[in-house]
Amino acid sequence: MPDTPPKDDSALTRLHPNYKTMTRVEGIFILIPFLIGAFALEAFGPLLAGVSAVPLIVLFLWLVLYLPMRRYQARGYDMASDRLRVVKGVLFHSDTVVPFSRVQHLDVEQGPLERAFGIARLILHTAGSHNASVSLPGLAHADAVAMREEIRQHVKREAQ
Amino acid sequence: MSDGLPDDGEGGAWLRTNPLSVLARAIVQLRGMVFPLVAVLVGGSQIMDDASMLLPIFGIILAGTVISAGYGWYVTRYRIGSGDVKLETGLVSRAARSVPFERIQDVSLEQKLIPRLLGLVEVRFETGAGGKDEMQLAYVSMAEGQALRETVRALVDEAEAMPADGAALAEPQGDGTDAQPLFAMGPGRLVTFGLFEFSLVAFALVIGLAQQLDFLLPFGWDEIETWFEQPDARAQTFRQFEWITGIGGIIASLAGVIAVGVATGVVRTALRDWDFRLERTTKGFRRRRGLLTRTDVVMPAHRVQALVISTSFVRRRLGWHSLSFISLAQDAGSANHDVAPFAQMAEIAPIVAAAGFSLPDPAMAWRQPSARYYSDRALFLSALYGIPAMAMIGLVEQSWGLWAGLALAILAIYAVIAQFWLWRVDRHGLDPAQVLSRQGWLVPRLQIAARVKLHSVEIAQGPIARLRGYANLNFGLAGGTLAFRGLELADARRLRAAVLDSIASVDFAQIPR
Repeated sequence: MPDTPPKDDSALTRLHPNYKTMTRVEGIFILIPFLIGAFALEAFGPLLAGVSAVPLIVLFLWLVLYLPMRRYQARGYDMASDRLRVVKGVLFHSDTVVPFSRVQHLDVEQGPLERAFGIARLILHTAGSHNASVSLPGLAHADAVAMREEIRQHVKREAQ
Repeated sequence: MSDGLPDDGEGGAWLRTNPLSVLARAIVQLRGMVFPLVAVLVGGSQIMDDASMLLPIFGIILAGTVISAGYGWYVTRYRIGSGDVKLETGLVSRAARSVPFERIQDVSLEQKLIPRLLGLVEVRFETGAGGKDEMQLAYVSMAEGQALRETVRALVDEAEAMPADGAALAEPQGDGTDAQPLFAMGPGRLVTFGLFEFSLVAFALVIGLAQQLDFLLPFGWDEIETWFEQPDARAQTFRQFEWITGIGGIIASLAGVIAVGVATGVVRTALRDWDFRLERTTKGFRRRRGLLTRTDVVMPAHRVQALVISTSFVRRRLGWHSLSFISLAQDAGSANHDVAPFAQMAEIAPIVAAAGFSLPDPAMAWRQPSARYYSDRALFLSALYGIPAMAMIGLVEQSWGLWAGLALAILAIYAVIAQFWLWRVDRHGLDPAQVLSRQGWLVPRLQIAARVKLHSVEIAQGPIARLRGYANLNFGLAGGTLAFRGLELADARRLRAAVLDSIASVDFAQIPR
């Protein structure tokens, strides 16, 4: 499997590096319940001291170090003059193109973590049943807003 | 309050549904409870000595249903406003829904059996919201429903201020007066159709009943089993009936079961498609059908997103096909509108043309998907069935292990043959205005979608697909799905580029929805 997204007609723009950091933080959040479980096992369980640390370390390496890196590498987008291409997926690869002329409405969303890292998700809604909304996470907030405005202008211009 | 509608989009007054809908709602709700109640009664009479103890409970349920139906009616009100249709419902939690005229795809009327007996209809405002969240108004009188439909349609058209997509659309009203019949099914056609709708469920049900009640066979099922195990018992049974009588009995029973299956198919088809009529009116395609539940649906022609022509193994041999439309609006829970459920291609062609599509050119260059996609699937499926099959045959000592293993082995072989055949028959292609896909072996299906009505194009690959260099091409299609599976990656990219260029060149707002 190639490490970089396969080349199509044009090169892809990478996401904001903060996206990688944010997915790492998310990975840590996912780890917390396991951490608590491991402490509980250590404290009350029949295991030898330190045994539960092994899967925890593996999980840490995978969730916090490896996966965010791979995910960041797999994702990308390409904003052309009349269409947006969104590429994602480490294992299940997806490469979607939405022409601006089919966009029904647009969202820029920020969760609390995203806000902390100054990044945002741009969501394109179409009237299709498959891929009704195409989400592009990990853009700098200002970029996301600028892209939304550009697409909106395009939609408006076309509709007239 | 069925005392008339507001004249025009004046904001309108709040209206209630027809008071008779209390009765209709109560009956519909009670009907759903019949089986549980019977079960309680039967169960209760076995536990308790005096089952009449249960009668007050039934009374309470009955009263509760009527009261809740009445209250449901009381709290339901609707209003045709100046820009939208509002509907407020809710027993406990109030829900107020507003649908702007621009978003209303169509207004359809549906009459189920009980409302029909009471002269009521259910009005559905189709919004293309995926069928789940359609706004339904249950129930108003037939006349009011039709008036409501006309009013809302007129307002919808006004709100949309549609571009002149065919002069016909600009002309007002006139439902039915200048209707041009496209397709109809008389009783003869329905019976033929019904024969093909042979009900396997009914078949299974009858066999199940026969097993339970032994009423169809001149001997019990247990006896058949013993024939295989003890030749003496077989002799015993057949001495009773004589050999010929025994075989005759089996044949007669089978014939009976088949007759029930066929009859069920015919009756069900007749109930659903009785007096099927499809017309091209100024407003679009109008379809009426049904014996007990009569529906009357109008689909504006420009809202047809794609066509599906399907058939089956036997039907194809005899030239029978079914045509359905994929549109934003939903049809009785399914995404497709049946417009010609059982027709010859010669009858289908004019409907296709009327919808603004064209059937594939015989000279069209169909493309074949990747052979690797099918060989991978064949490998996967044969492993899925084959490994348990070998395990069964090898490891299970009892005789059922052998049989189950053989059955699985047959499935595995079938999967391989099927994938090979699918590779031979599955095709996809592009013509200047459409994307087409022809898929399926036993149940072939032809899908035709207008290029400009697609919304997005996705190339999707799982891990194996990436390794082997093929991909699925998924199109965003309003109201349905269209996917080309297992294309060569390069082919998928080429198709996507071609389709995207046609999509991007036409704005969605320019296409009449």
